[in-house]
Amino acid sequence: MTRNLLLGAALTSVFLVAALLSFVWTPYDTGAMAIAERLRPPSAAHLLGTDHFGRDILSMIMVGARTSIAVALVAVGIGMGAGVPLGLAAAARRGGWLDELIMRMNDLIFAFPSLVIAILITAIFGPGATNAIIAIGIFNIPVFARLARGAALPLWKREFVMAARVAGKSAPRISAEHILPNIANLLIVQGTIQFSLGILAEAGLSYVGLGTQPPVPSWGRMLADAQTMVALAPHVAILPGLAIVFMVLGLNLLGDGLRDRFDPKLRSLRA
Amino acid sequence: MLAYALKRLAFLAISLVVASLVIFLVVEVAPGDPASYMLGINARPDTVAALRAELGLDLPKHERYLSWLAGMLRGDFGTSYTYRAPVAQMVAERLWVSLPLALYALTLSTLIAFPAGIYAAARRGRAGDMGVMAATQLGIAVPNFWFAMLLVLLFALKLRWFSAGGFPGWETPLLGLKALTLPALALALPQAAILARVMRSSLIDILHEDFIRTARAKGLSRRQALWRHGVRNALIPVLTIIGLQFSFLLAGAIIIEQVFFLPGLGRLIFQAITQRDLIVVESVVMLLVFAVIAVNFLTDLAYAAADPRLRSRT
Repeated sequence: MTRNLLLGAALTSVFLVAALLSFVWTPYDTGAMAIAERLRPPSAAHLLGTDHFGRDILSMIMVGARTSIAVALVAVGIGMGAGVPLGLAAAARRGGWLDELIMRMNDLIFAFPSLVIAILITAIFGPGATNAIIAIGIFNIPVFARLARGAALPLWKREFVMAARVAGKSAPRISAEHILPNIANLLIVQGTIQFSLGILAEAGLSYVGLGTQPPVPSWGRMLADAQTMVALAPHVAILPGLAIVFMVLGLNLLGDGLRDRFDPKLRSLRA
Repeated sequence: MLAYALKRLAFLAISLVVASLVIFLVVEVAPGDPASYMLGINARPDTVAALRAELGLDLPKHERYLSWLAGMLRGDFGTSYTYRAPVAQMVAERLWVSLPLALYALTLSTLIAFPAGIYAAARRGRAGDMGVMAATQLGIAVPNFWFAMLLVLLFALKLRWFSAGGFPGWETPLLGLKALTLPALALALPQAAILARVMRSSLIDILHEDFIRTARAKGLSRRQALWRHGVRNALIPVLTIIGLQFSFLLAGAIIIEQVFFLPGLGRLIFQAITQRDLIVVESVVMLLVFAVIAVNFLTDLAYAAADPRLRSRT
């Protein structure tokens, strides 16, 4: 299904471009308040209207995209950076105590309700984007560790890996040179899924006031501010939410599309 | 089966101990002393010290951890710093909102997902299937707190069928249920989308099995084979996901309670965090973790009872 891939890539690109563009240009300054212009519906001057401080919503969404993407991207980076080596090590020492330890620790992190722990971490160490990143990132570690281990295990029985072992290469070197390239596709697909979950998690944490702090615009924060205004000016609540939906939808479609592209066998089995 | 159950039980116990240690340590390193917070910035040092002693904050860390743990085992969660009330009692009151909410949402999610998943699997590849799949794709992408706001906008502010928030209590059960309907719907939708996809793919897998072909060869219609043999067998993985979803629903309830101003565990935990009422934070988080680990344990057991092949695997 290249349709998924194209639609997903298109949606994701729109937000990526908007986020990058926001570094050099936004229609209005997101720090500038204009109370006289507050809660204006979409118009030619403000394409998506203004919020309760008279700030331009399009500009806020553009800068918010930057925040969301940055938080989710670093959180996926943490998950991959720690999870993949752990998973590869577990697979290399399959059946041994290291494997057992790594997998049990993964089970344990999985057993925690992630959002509750994220709330705990950000609440205790103070709300803010950095703590949100750490909280979301920690829960990406077991996802990637499990995936890397599961995908690496059958590879260790393949001829090319045995040949490398006979040639005297060490287990870490085999993992890095022969196993990793063969599981990279899977990791990329999972990466897009975790990325979309990260966007949702960041929005949720910011919504309850534990994520990105004002005045930095973030989609979750915008929704929290809009909550009491929803009857007066529905667009203030609807538009940032749509941004989240389209971004997450885009990433999920991209993930599905990439999975189909990488592994045609899965096409018929897709959930 | 017994050996498997014991092994899982041991893992349950270890998980709980590690979880309690992690929670205790995280809360322990948190900046801000509850005693000085309670007394304000103008408090005299000796008053603060006296209060610290009264709350047991001057004891060594390991003693406080052990007494917290021992208390929890007895059902004594300590005394709230701010409200001077037993935490167990505060939690019990809030549980009467959060637990029904999570269960209500779980019921709604199942009621939406089962028909949708079965319908899509039965019409695989056709327009009906595509429609359901597109809807689930959208359902997964929607943040539940935003969906909650849309529900309020439509059903509370425009149509005025429901109130926009608050909870009247359970004196009139129907009113209580009504107040939880929009929150439960908001919680249920994204979960229903995931569950419908699992139901569909599980059923599609099953429909390829030999016993379905045998059933068809014996003269059962497609519909009969689907309902008598397909759905029943497809339920096993679906039940596991339902078990796992419980944790998402409990955690999700924390955020949804904020949208609807519901006096549940979520509100309690946020209040406690802002007031540095750490003992409440510790206990509520531990309780949630316990609930999730216990549900996962029960799901594992149910799964193993249903499918003997799984017992040897872990």
